[in-house]
Amino acid sequence: MAATTPPAKRRIALGCEGSANKLGIGIIAHDDDGSEAIVLSNVRHTFVSPPGTGFLPKDTAQHHRAFFVRVAKQALADAGVPIVDINCICYTKGPGMGGPLTSVAIAARTLSLLWGKELVGVNHCVGHIEMGRAITGATNPVVLYVSGGNTQVIAYAEQRYRIFGETLDIAVGNCLDRFARTLEISNDPAPGYNIEQLAKKGGRVLLELPYAVKGMDCSFSGILARADDLAAAMKAGELGSDGEPFTPADLCFSLQETIFAMLVEITERAMAHVGSSQVLIVGGVGCNERLQEMMGGMAAERGGSVYATDERFCIDNGIMIAHAGLLAYETGFRTPLEESTCTQRFRTDEVFVKWRK
Amino acid sequence: MAAAATESHQFAPPKVLTYNPATTPPLLISQGAEGRLYKTTHLSADRPCALKYRPPKLWRHPILDARLTKTRMGGEAKVLERCYRAGVPVPALYAMDLAAGWMMIEWIHGMPVRQAINEWLGERPETILDPADQVDETPLVELMKRIGTVLGSLHRTGVVHGDLTTSNMMLKEKESKGNDKSEAGSKKYALEGDVVLIDFGLATQSLADEDRAVDLYVLERAFASTHPRAEKLFTHVLEAYRVAFKKAPSVLAKLEDVRMRGRKRSMVG
Repeated sequence: MAATTPPAKRRIALGCEGSANKLGIGIIAHDDDGSEAIVLSNVRHTFVSPPGTGFLPKDTAQHHRAFFVRVAKQALADAGVPIVDINCICYTKGPGMGGPLTSVAIAARTLSLLWGKELVGVNHCVGHIEMGRAITGATNPVVLYVSGGNTQVIAYAEQRYRIFGETLDIAVGNCLDRFARTLEISNDPAPGYNIEQLAKKGGRVLLELPYAVKGMDCSFSGILARADDLAAAMKAGELGSDGEPFTPADLCFSLQETIFAMLVEITERAMAHVGSSQVLIVGGVGCNERLQEMMGGMAAERGGSVYATDERFCIDNGIMIAHAGLLAYETGFRTPLEESTCTQRFRTDEVFVKWRK
Repeated sequence: MAAAATESHQFAPPKVLTYNPATTPPLLISQGAEGRLYKTTHLSADRPCALKYRPPKLWRHPILDARLTKTRMGGEAKVLERCYRAGVPVPALYAMDLAAGWMMIEWIHGMPVRQAINEWLGERPETILDPADQVDETPLVELMKRIGTVLGSLHRTGVVHGDLTTSNMMLKEKESKGNDKSEAGSKKYALEGDVVLIDFGLATQSLADEDRAVDLYVLERAFASTHPRAEKLFTHVLEAYRVAFKKAPSVLAKLEDVRMRGRKRSMVG
């Protein structure tokens, strides 16, 4: 059936993402009637810092500059589409870290001028949401967006993704990343992934951590401080409240159980509030299988279901920027060169979602 | 376990209600994210009470789940007791079992203020708040003042509600003869009765102007979105609050700040 569709009628976008430590370039095609998004290529290169450290904006920006050409060439080769067929260049306008964002925005502008293609600036959070919807087929879910920089509970209403709840201080992924630093766990492939593997070995005890939920909002900085204290106590050889020694695995287990319970609780409250039984998890922390399992349990109690994607689409990538950018492009949205800036602060609800009813 | 897969397990009543000395079976009134509310005559046949039940959340670690249920319900009970002793109109606490996650409180005969206001407005022309209009809005203004007075007494007691809306206030029937459903008898007096505050699930004990101001701000926002036609009458709530509560001036000054600030900050990264 697809064979009869002339390729020229498809719309193709190249997306560039680099708001944090992942540099991603992806190419997507929307078929003629807009019913399907086809991933042509999705290439990513991650800046990994040594154990006990985080990624600094300066070093991350340098990484993105150094790898952009290589990643872009790979994405084009994987997709096998000639440059002339590409309709637009999409890039992350924000939110994110200033240095890395700027590096990728400059590279996107360069491609735009080099190839004579129009630019589309994309909100990173909206990219995650649209990609999650496209991959899972969830039509109108409550969205939990959890990553190293963001923690939001979102639902769509009247052409905007409205934020119902969010973190009042640091993001949940930031809490996990920083705790991995405290324990000096490897950052490869990701600190959160290594915490998850370590947590699977825990479970003997649940160490008591603060639980900070306020309505549909939550807070993680106090929990991190307490977890750091416990880690210091463990290193000093102190015993747990049950008189037994505890391990890094027990700490990781307790941290995950506590913060994920908070996330599921605020999501449930939002679902009750808007009367939805679908929930979609996006963002890097959304890869965590324990979070998916708990969310699934909650959704099942409410007679609904959870939608989640794997690491290709959960973790920052270029394809989600290409997809959300192309949706906007199809409604006539363009970012003129002189307005092709980027910004560290760009709220999800600032985007006018013209492509949804 | 066998029932876990079916829909019906959601509605299995808490164990305490499986023995029911009264003749009427427990009635499920509502099911929210937090828990369920039953109406039951468990204590005695002529005294209906509300049973709030927080069922265990199976997806949560059992120790954490038990801890949360215990602290939240315990906190709610403490606040209710404190208010009751200080003469703030709240339901009386009859019994509770923190480990099992339930509490029994007084059943308030009447309807939520939200419903009372909407019914009252519904009977009147759209232009009710037009200054040129001659409709007498006195009953509504009087209700606003009663709400403000109650809020003053709440804050004086050192409690902030945390979730003030017109759904979380009951309009208690003047003459409750123990009859169940209140269709508010004569509609002419629909806005009469005492205002009783309910649902203290998010309440905290605080003396801070900031917390009190946020409490009022939450109600102001909820009121505007629930009863847009009566929005401008909200000032009567604040006026009565000022009269009823000695420390109101500094709270109301803080309320100005809270309004200006809005709730949300811009998100980094």
